[in-house]
Amino acid sequence: MRVLVTGASGLLGGAVARVLAARGDQVRTFQRRPSGVAGVEDVAGSLVDPRAVAAAVTGADAVVHLAAKVSLTGDPAEFAAVNVDGTRTLLDAAERAGVRAFVQVSSPSVAHLGDSLVGVGAGPADPRRARGEYARTKAAGELLALARDGGTLRVVAVRPHVVWGPGDTQLVERVVDRAARGRLPLLGHGAALIDTTYVDNAADGIVAALDRLGDRTDVVGGRAYVLTNGEPRPVADLLTGICRAAGVEPPRWRVPAGLARTAGGMVEAAWRVRPGADEPPMTRFLAEQLSTAHWFDQRETWSDLDWTPATTIDEGLHHLTTHYATTQPTTQPTTQASNTT
Amino acid sequence: MSLRAATSAPAGLPGLDPRFSHVRGEWHYLDNGPVLAARGVHPTATVLAVHGNPTWSYLWRDLIAAATDRATAPAAPGEVHDVWRVVAVDQLEMGLSARTGRRRTLAERVADLGAFTEALGLDGPVVTLGHDWGGVVSLGWAVDHADRLAGVALLNTAVHQPDGAAIPAPLRLALARGVHRLGTSTTPAFLETTLAIAHPRLPDDVSRAYRLPYRSAADRAGIEQFVADIPVDLDHPSRAELDRIAAGVARLGARDVPALLLWGARDPVFSDRYLDDLVSRLPGAHVHRFEHAGHLVAEDVDYAGPVLRWLEDDVRPAGPDTGRAGAGGTGALAGSATVSRDRPASGTRTFRPIWATLDERGADPATAREPAVLDLTATGPGREVSWGALDHQVRRIAAGLHEVGVRRGDRVSLLVRPGPTLTALVYACLRIGAVVVVADAGLGLRGLTRAQRGAWPQYLIGQTTALAAARAAGWPGVRISAEPLDPVRRRVLGVEHELVDVARAGEGRELPPEPGPDDAAAVLFTSGSTGPAKGVLYTHGRLSALCEALAAHLDVGPTTGLVTGFAPFALLGPALGTRSVTPDMDVSAPRTLTARAVADAVRATDARLVFLSPAAILHVVETAVDADSGLDDADRDALGRVETFLSTGAPISAELLAAAQSIMPGAEPHTPYGMTECLLVTDVTLAGIRAVADAPDAGVCVGRPVGSARVLVSALDDDGAATGAPSDEPGVLGEVLISAEHLKESYDRRWLTDVAAERDTPPGRWHRSGDVGHLDADGRLWIEGRLAHVLTTARGPLAPVGPEQAVERVDAVRRAAVVGVGPAGVQQAVAVVESLPAARRPGLAPTALAEAVRAAAADVSVPIAAVLVVAELPTDVRHNSKIDRARLASWAGRVLAGGRVGAP
Repeated sequence: MRVLVTGASGLLGGAVARVLAARGDQVRTFQRRPSGVAGVEDVAGSLVDPRAVAAAVTGADAVVHLAAKVSLTGDPAEFAAVNVDGTRTLLDAAERAGVRAFVQVSSPSVAHLGDSLVGVGAGPADPRRARGEYARTKAAGELLALARDGGTLRVVAVRPHVVWGPGDTQLVERVVDRAARGRLPLLGHGAALIDTTYVDNAADGIVAALDRLGDRTDVVGGRAYVLTNGEPRPVADLLTGICRAAGVEPPRWRVPAGLARTAGGMVEAAWRVRPGADEPPMTRFLAEQLSTAHWFDQRETWSDLDWTPATTIDEGLHHLTTHYATTQPTTQPTTQASNTT
Repeated sequence: MSLRAATSAPAGLPGLDPRFSHVRGEWHYLDNGPVLAARGVHPTATVLAVHGNPTWSYLWRDLIAAATDRATAPAAPGEVHDVWRVVAVDQLEMGLSARTGRRRTLAERVADLGAFTEALGLDGPVVTLGHDWGGVVSLGWAVDHADRLAGVALLNTAVHQPDGAAIPAPLRLALARGVHRLGTSTTPAFLETTLAIAHPRLPDDVSRAYRLPYRSAADRAGIEQFVADIPVDLDHPSRAELDRIAAGVARLGARDVPALLLWGARDPVFSDRYLDDLVSRLPGAHVHRFEHAGHLVAEDVDYAGPVLRWLEDDVRPAGPDTGRAGAGGTGALAGSATVSRDRPASGTRTFRPIWATLDERGADPATAREPAVLDLTATGPGREVSWGALDHQVRRIAAGLHEVGVRRGDRVSLLVRPGPTLTALVYACLRIGAVVVVADAGLGLRGLTRAQRGAWPQYLIGQTTALAAARAAGWPGVRISAEPLDPVRRRVLGVEHELVDVARAGEGRELPPEPGPDDAAAVLFTSGSTGPAKGVLYTHGRLSALCEALAAHLDVGPTTGLVTGFAPFALLGPALGTRSVTPDMDVSAPRTLTARAVADAVRATDARLVFLSPAAILHVVETAVDADSGLDDADRDALGRVETFLSTGAPISAELLAAAQSIMPGAEPHTPYGMTECLLVTDVTLAGIRAVADAPDAGVCVGRPVGSARVLVSALDDDGAATGAPSDEPGVLGEVLISAEHLKESYDRRWLTDVAAERDTPPGRWHRSGDVGHLDADGRLWIEGRLAHVLTTARGPLAPVGPEQAVERVDAVRRAAVVGVGPAGVQQAVAVVESLPAARRPGLAPTALAEAVRAAAADVSVPIAAVLVVAELPTDVRHNSKIDRARLASWAGRVLAGGRVGAP
């Protein structure tokens, strides 16, 4: 199978490209920077460039679309340009190129309304009520993609929740970096249960979804699946596990959750008038994510995708420990989050 | 001449299909007959439903809808539905029926209803159903049409106002001159009050539907007249009709007409007094008291399902064909309907009443002077009672109770501290067929009050504290004081008799005939630690089977000698046929029993058998080595002669059993498994526990069934429901089903609980215990928790005890509970632990502890999402051992959703 993977310079995109290449698929990647994945054909380009997109899709049987603007704050127009318009461009090109299978990699936050999520399934994406520019534009992108399902093009959306693993710049390095500088507080009592996804599981699950578009087309076509490790843990346990894997001191001081949410809102406002700076230390969305429960009903995902996660959280933390033991620890503050267009 | 003609019900009333609404003359009524006819189905019989005051036929909307759905649903192959037509009238001057301006007496109302059913051509078999004063009217119709009556069903109602008994306070108020009219018709107060006492509150649209026919004062005239027609005293014009109906109902009961009583216990007007009166008139009735429902029981609980179930199970005709045909014939149904519980009580066993040994020993000069009961807590006379003296005392009290009016089947609540007086009272009551009601003080005042109201004893025998509580909380029953009282206190406590006088009255009197094996003997209340306390009914046959099973299993003979530090077993000595001794302790506080007191008791009776509760054992073990009050050599010699020792009442650890054995080195420790519903199911010895110490099984090994007891398991499905066919297949997790000759007869006035406990059980008498566990390949039972505490995870059902045991093997864990958080089917397992040292505040466990707990649970293949610590797990008051997992689960759910952390 010839597969185009967009956003392969990111942690998850790279992992997906590796899984596909390893099993013998012919993989082309598409993003602005080199993917760093061995055995694949890198095509450099941006989603906002229709000609580059069309060229990349030509000849592909399938597309796994991971590229997105994923930062927590930023210019709303940029989010829309990449996550909505870019997705539309890619879908148009895929249809024209005769692509048969399209996996839209999305996020549970597209259906997240700010309350705690306790054992819920994948609700419908809702751009009007999703919180934050990222979630709003990803919601719109997912709706666009799923609406194209039918005819020769079949589409499935997969929403991995909080992907982490060795080399992760989104969660792991930020946590480790802040903890190393003594700037990582626990929000509230740290007991809120959070579902996360070890990167290998997320990649395997996405590939499973791609395969099911081929052999269980009518089961998964047009549907969205939340994907996790199925092992929710208290947020404090996760942060402690990550810090210990990296050899840094786990967080000890606490900030009341309500205060963090308020502060997050103020910081967001401040960052809006300071364009070009790095990620804000706290946002309202992040404060909610880290102080309320977010875990999901995985039964349908497991049975429809005919897949279950192979790596447990403890195994994942063990891999992370090995990773930090064999690589230079990050000393410089994390810069701009991967803007993998 | 009508002031307002009857009208049909408008569309849009919640739950009421307007197709059922009809008008005939002055009557509005609901009737599914035309709908059934249009679908081509013919009714088996008709349910004639009569609402009370101030409601209308809207009350019966759920039944008519359910009956119609059932009748028109496709039947499974080979199955034939019974078809029930439901006709629910609005009484004249009420609901949507006409306002004629006439005042109607009870007799007229009964006659009106008869005229209506005749006009409707209702000539097939009929089941009456009534609520409130509609119950009386429906019973009037039933008494007048006994020839084609197929059954009677009632929701909170009354047919008899005992002379001298106070009219319920709310009615007294409603009847008071001035208040009456103002409360009932001028203002809608009576209507509003009735609607407001629903539990939970009625939805607004339902309340509006009830108010619909009663919007103006003129519309409410019927309400006023109805209240005025309540026969509160002998001179009332409707009193004669009420008495006629009451007597007629008793005749229906004597004819075994199928009867169903569904009762809301929280009814300020139709209290349990009236339920008890109805039960006495309809002794074969199925009775279910809904503890949390009130007067509007039809709104508070699902009554339609139980009514249909009763119709199909108990009112259904002999064969499906005769039922269809029977719609035209009369009397066919009533004659063929089966009455409940026509099951043999005691199998093939010959019945030996539990007072038989007492009779023999007391009468035999060779044994009459030997000690029967010793009470080392007492000083002076009463410390030692011989067989002859006990027999004599039992006979005096038995005859005396009969003298003061206690009859077979009457209930006698015994609120007397354990000791010789209680023992004598129990045997005296049983001997004359009075039903002893035993509720443990551990239930607390509220629990006891619920138990007393639920069982509604005719007599209450107690010591001063109990009599004072009875007085304060308004418990029912003629008061008999177990101890002498001065006249003032006697009056204040409302005491009618003193036990000494009762006994004196019985001196030399003939005893009434003995009750038989199928007569009710006792109502024992469950501990309430696994849900609200329920009364459990035992017959004489079953009690006697229990004693024989115990005696046979523990090899109790005349010379055994029995030490009982566990109150219920102190009563069993005479029935087991051996002398028994209560050690010097406060029997209601097991932690007051010392090792030396046990040794004294063993010496006093040369006992071979010791019964203790785990809490008592703990204290005995602790005091055995005490420097000042510990055991001396003579004590150790005495304890060394004990052959068998039983821990009972709550689970016990092998370590504690072993510690107890070190004090009684010659004894084989046993820890039987049972519950109030079946006091002896299985038994295991310490050696038996040690033999399976390395078995891979999850849970607590409780051994193999004892005597006639049998155990099966009904497997759990993914939703955690015990739906599997009962089986003895090893290794299958499911609900434990129990059968034994000494199993309970039934729950008391909880027909639906009986139905649930006997759901899908094999032929014969079986009971779903609510415990979950599995059998092993050698037929041993392993208990893994309560059905209500099973977690439903994405990987299937998970019983808590197995992972709890694994977690408790962690050194830093003192005690653990595993509970589920999240929605059913995807629950995550959470361990809540008491740590060593104790956590100062509840919350997430420290990392090292959490890792150790997770690893321990992973050893038994249970993934743990979170580990929480608490200073102390919430437990039941009675045993301090049964963890309140429901409470813990909801606490853990809140904490792990990001909510506040308080104490659980």
